[in-house]
Amino acid sequence: MLSSIEATAEALAREAYIADPGLCTSLFLALRMGKALLLEGEPGVGKTEVAKVLARVFDTTLIRLQCYEGIDVAQAVYEWNYPRQLLALQTRHDGAEPEEIYSERFLLKRPLLQAIDAANERAPVLLIDELDRADEEFESFLLELLSDFQISIPELGTLRARHRPIVIVTSNRTRELHDALKRRCVYHWIDYPGPEKELEIVRRKLPGVGERLAAQVVAFVQATRRQDLAKPPGVAETLDWAEALTHLSAHELSPALVDATLGMILKYQDDVDTLRGAVAAQILAELK
Amino acid sequence: MGDDAFLKNILLFARTLHRVGVPVGLDQRLDLLRALAWVKLGSREQVYHTCRSMLVSSREQLPVFDMIFSRFWRRQLPEAPRRQTMPRAPRHRSHEQPFTIVTYMAFKARLGDEPIDVADKAGTYSPAELLQRKEFSALTPEELQRVRQLIQRLDWRVGQRVTRRYAPRRRGERLLMRQVVRDAARHGGVALRLPRQQRKRKPRPLVIIADISGSMEKYSRLLLQLSYSLARRLTRVECFVFGTRLTRITPQLRLRNVDRAIDQAARAVVDWGGGTRIGASLHSFNRRWARRVLGRGAVALVISDGWEHGDPQLLAREVRALQRRCHRLIWLNPLAGRTGYAPRAAGMAAAARYIDDLLPVHNLQSLEALAARLAALGDKVTR
Repeated sequence: MLSSIEATAEALAREAYIADPGLCTSLFLALRMGKALLLEGEPGVGKTEVAKVLARVFDTTLIRLQCYEGIDVAQAVYEWNYPRQLLALQTRHDGAEPEEIYSERFLLKRPLLQAIDAANERAPVLLIDELDRADEEFESFLLELLSDFQISIPELGTLRARHRPIVIVTSNRTRELHDALKRRCVYHWIDYPGPEKELEIVRRKLPGVGERLAAQVVAFVQATRRQDLAKPPGVAETLDWAEALTHLSAHELSPALVDATLGMILKYQDDVDTLRGAVAAQILAELK
Repeated sequence: MGDDAFLKNILLFARTLHRVGVPVGLDQRLDLLRALAWVKLGSREQVYHTCRSMLVSSREQLPVFDMIFSRFWRRQLPEAPRRQTMPRAPRHRSHEQPFTIVTYMAFKARLGDEPIDVADKAGTYSPAELLQRKEFSALTPEELQRVRQLIQRLDWRVGQRVTRRYAPRRRGERLLMRQVVRDAARHGGVALRLPRQQRKRKPRPLVIIADISGSMEKYSRLLLQLSYSLARRLTRVECFVFGTRLTRITPQLRLRNVDRAIDQAARAVVDWGGGTRIGASLHSFNRRWARRVLGRGAVALVISDGWEHGDPQLLAREVRALQRRCHRLIWLNPLAGRTGYAPRAAGMAAAARYIDDLLPVHNLQSLEALAARLAALGDKVTR
């Protein structure tokens, strides 16, 4: 149990995650109040990372539910193992009692049920990733789950969590989540990091990258975010680029090198066309 | 400051936030009071972050929150802060006389246009048929009211798309395994019935982007009425208006007064001397909103005459980008109703090839055609 905002920051830092005071506060309060933490932000700013780091901090399993449009109870919670059930019904040993096909042996436990499984020794971290991709029906189902942490399976009964999981919900904001869900969670918007913080992240995650290259990469990416792009690069892209350049044995950026590797940070051809050549050279010149 | 006074101020701060449009419920205030017990009240930074975590529930609220927080905690209580761009809650709005399109048209009519009397053409078409064909710009206020009612009564529906959810259906493409096994359990392992399921269908969301500058305003006012008819049919509708800038008016339209919503928006986006910047407005839409509202196979409806004061190439690029991101791009142009119309204005000419359906919108008949087009949109993209 983390006792204060400072303790939270320290625990995260020990696992190489640098969080700003706002995120530490939201995380601390969410844990303390037993509420889920809802992280919204552009893709690639480290929302999913938070859950992974938390699992390490609390030395527990990370259970991940990846949402998509149309996800429903069968994929998210449980499904009966129909082939096994049919087989059990059809192969009967003479004289023996027919096997109870609605028992745990025939239950396929999906992430949400895994998270509240009473067999868990300690509270797991439950990551509900990209909830905005799921539809509203699923959202209302989730809302119920987040309040009681119990699941009713008609043939089996109600299963309750012995240890309430630590819940992190992420959203890329391709649609607005409902107010009711936002109120059930502690909401936090994650922005792109500032230059010092991003440089610190590169240093920690990629210790082998040269100092000069790291500084230039970070400065360049920070500058591209100020351009009018369809999809500005996230922190993940910065790290990929730095790593790629290291593999190419580069020690500093040059216009030719930037043009050749622009695809590592920009994922839309329109954006690449906008930046490649003159604009990229201009940004590079301003860095020096 | 004693703890008691401090907590009183916190609640006052929460109430102030609520008044300027950041919704702060009772449960959030209680949570905030709980949370403050665990942080250092003397640290402004910790108090700031705690308030922010507990009271803010969307990114748009952050700038308002910051502003109110810094003004509030400067040790002087401000009088009711100036309202930001958030709409006021219904109970705070004053009840003025609405400026409706009827009074607007009457005003315009007084300026010199001869109101054409429908009865004059008796003998050729019936009054109802005449109303169908009459140009919107030539309607008298009474006729305009009638047309408005007729618009509401048209069968507005947007074509459906296939979702990824299943529902039981007799001739469905997949088996409903849960029921199959249950049936088998009853009959010693052999299922006697095979219930099936099929993918559910949902109406496509509709996004309306309407030009409200100059002469386009009256057409847009009429067409934005669509949003009610569609909302009743469970279609999601998002409405945006533009002149030299773009703004979203979906929440204001829900308060049921189209004219007031447009008047308010017009103050922000229409530059009376600046003409229309369709390209720049669409660019703004594509950057800030497209990703959020065009998902789920949406249909985009742009209402504009295409007279662009900005760069026509920019317009073409943005129309192309919009077309790529939606299921179907329908452009409504009142000029397209004139016989012999071909897109010649620089803006329309450049953008025309990226438009799926360029339709007129000058009279009731054209709107019926539009309704039919919307209802007929199918599953597949046919371009």
